[in-house]
Amino acid sequence: MSDATVPAMFGPKSAARWVGAVSGAVLPVMAVVAAIVAIWYGGSVMMNRAWTLDQIERRGLEMTAMEIVADAMNQERPVLPTPHQVFAELWDTTVVEPVMRERRGTLQGNPRNLLFHAYHTLWPTILGFGVGTFLGILLAVGIVHSRAMDMSVMPWAIASQTIPILAIAPIIVVVVSNLPALNNAVDQGWISEDTKLLVPKALISSYLSFFPVVVGMVAGLRSPQVSDLDLMRTYSASRGQTFWKLRLPASVPFLFTSLKVSIAAALVGTIVAELPTGARFGLGARLLTGSYYGQTIQIWSALFMAAICAAALVILLGALEKIVLKRMGVRP
Amino acid sequence: MPDPVSSQSVDQRAASVISARGLDLTFQTADGPVQALRDVNLEIGKGEFVSFIGPSGCGKTTFLRVIAALEHPTGGQITVNGMTPDEARKSRAYGYVFQAAGLYPWRTIEKNIKLPLEIMGFDAAEQDRRVKNVLQLVDLEGFGKKFPWQLSGGMQQRASIARALAFDADILLMDEPFGALDEIVRDHLNEQLLQLWARTEKTIGFVTHSIPEAVYLSTKIVVMSPRPGRITDVIESDLPRERPLDIRDTPEFLAIAHRVREGLRAGHAYDD
Ligand SMILES: Nc1ncnc2c1ncn2[C@@H]1O[C@H](COP(=O)(O)OP(=O)(O)OP(=O)(O)O)[C@@H](O)[C@H]1O
Ligand SMILES: [Mg+2]
Repeated sequence: MSDATVPAMFGPKSAARWVGAVSGAVLPVMAVVAAIVAIWYGGSVMMNRAWTLDQIERRGLEMTAMEIVADAMNQERPVLPTPHQVFAELWDTTVVEPVMRERRGTLQGNPRNLLFHAYHTLWPTILGFGVGTFLGILLAVGIVHSRAMDMSVMPWAIASQTIPILAIAPIIVVVVSNLPALNNAVDQGWISEDTKLLVPKALISSYLSFFPVVVGMVAGLRSPQVSDLDLMRTYSASRGQTFWKLRLPASVPFLFTSLKVSIAAALVGTIVAELPTGARFGLGARLLTGSYYGQTIQIWSALFMAAICAAALVILLGALEKIVLKRMGVRP
Repeated sequence: MPDPVSSQSVDQRAASVISARGLDLTFQTADGPVQALRDVNLEIGKGEFVSFIGPSGCGKTTFLRVIAALEHPTGGQITVNGMTPDEARKSRAYGYVFQAAGLYPWRTIEKNIKLPLEIMGFDAAEQDRRVKNVLQLVDLEGFGKKFPWQLSGGMQQRASIARALAFDADILLMDEPFGALDEIVRDHLNEQLLQLWARTEKTIGFVTHSIPEAVYLSTKIVVMSPRPGRITDVIESDLPRERPLDIRDTPEFLAIAHRVREGLRAGHAYDD
């Protein structure tokens, strides 16, 4: 009946165990990364070689095999950029290039900096994610509490996700951009033109992000066992009390799992929304201009930045999840 | 051996808290109807400790759930404190202890015990007072701030009893609360439960599979038999209310245990 086992879990041994776990995890991860980099370089050389050989023939140059490989790894517009090219570009466009620049007498964001574009993508992503999550939770609550909603909403929610977003994104962008209310707000000076561009992005982002939340929350809100619900019945608890004191806390782990899926979907949504808007800013715009001008290195660095953003958001949510679940007494 | 009818007429002298007359309950399942209770007649007086014993599937849980208005009978009548079970539940007539402790894992022991108090709208000071009180009652002082997983199975079960006691219902319904515990812990909890019962004068309905447990705890033992679930014997215990554990070796105790065993056997013979 003693609780001596509990503090023992946090003893000095845990530090050693932690180091062990990290080194145990780091080695395989390093191995996988090394393999990917090797394959990547191999692929780059194979795919870029043709252009080098073509140049040699046209200009009548003499090159050794090593020189050909070196050239294939350092072309200006390679078919497949090499890792060091992509990371040099990432470094240049985030660290070397200033974040802000002086323009028409005011300090503005610098469109040559990739962080500037990341910011323009992240902001609607977070907004859309917030709206999508809110709507998703609301729909899930409705579905769990009303049979009519269960029967009617779920099929629509599923159908909504089968529509290719790439196809309807331009429609949404055109319709939203021409909403009288929105244009009016711009005319009145309530919101800037840039903020207006944010609306369709956030909308498409929320469109993609609400669905995982609905599915996860419906499962979570329905996760209490019959015996847990029976306990509430013996107290004559109202539906509201059962919701706040049982269903909602029980759904939290489910919610976090779907939030992680949802935030990634929100990011994809924003980037897709940037493609047809003709947006000048944002990672999607960067991808688009990159492909216009055949700047493959720029495309790849934008892709990497998108992946870094997604990872950062998911890690952030993971940290939040840890804190919340710990406060909820989940066994460590 | 006195027949069930005459032992029931003895009870009716006491104020009846739970009264079942000709109770039937048939579950409609995919494989057709399952009769879980048939013609159940029982009177439970105030302050009695009633055990239900019988083979698996004889309807013990079902009967307890009918009392607590978690199931509704398909025939016959049942009153609790002179009301329907639904009305009785609204007037907070019972605390229910399930076979599994069923503590909410995201609440500390203290907060788990507060759950019914929050739902029933007790103010914060009163909640604290009651939590302290019942934690003491089940011998769990100092564990209020712990989460359920930090407690042993027996401690969790006591916490769940504390939760059922917190709002001070007159009737305590317990469905095999100690079923999953080892003999020694079980003996200890049985002793504690008897002391608690003596102190609080609650009416207790207690489901068990153990004959010694039933005889040790009860003032009345209800023997049930399956397919369909019905009462085959109701045994009044004449053991003193003060019961040390070694009462289980006395001839009086053994005689009652023998009669329970006979009742269980008879139920099976009837079945075959
Ligand atoms: N919700 C239900 N739906 C259908 N049948 C049920 C339901 N609950 C119980 N039963 C059936 O009713 C009968 C009595 O079940 P009950 O749970 O009351 O038995 P029990 O005496 O408590 O058994 P045990 O000792 O194993 O707990 C069984 O045949 C069971 O299959
Ligand atoms: Mg049972």
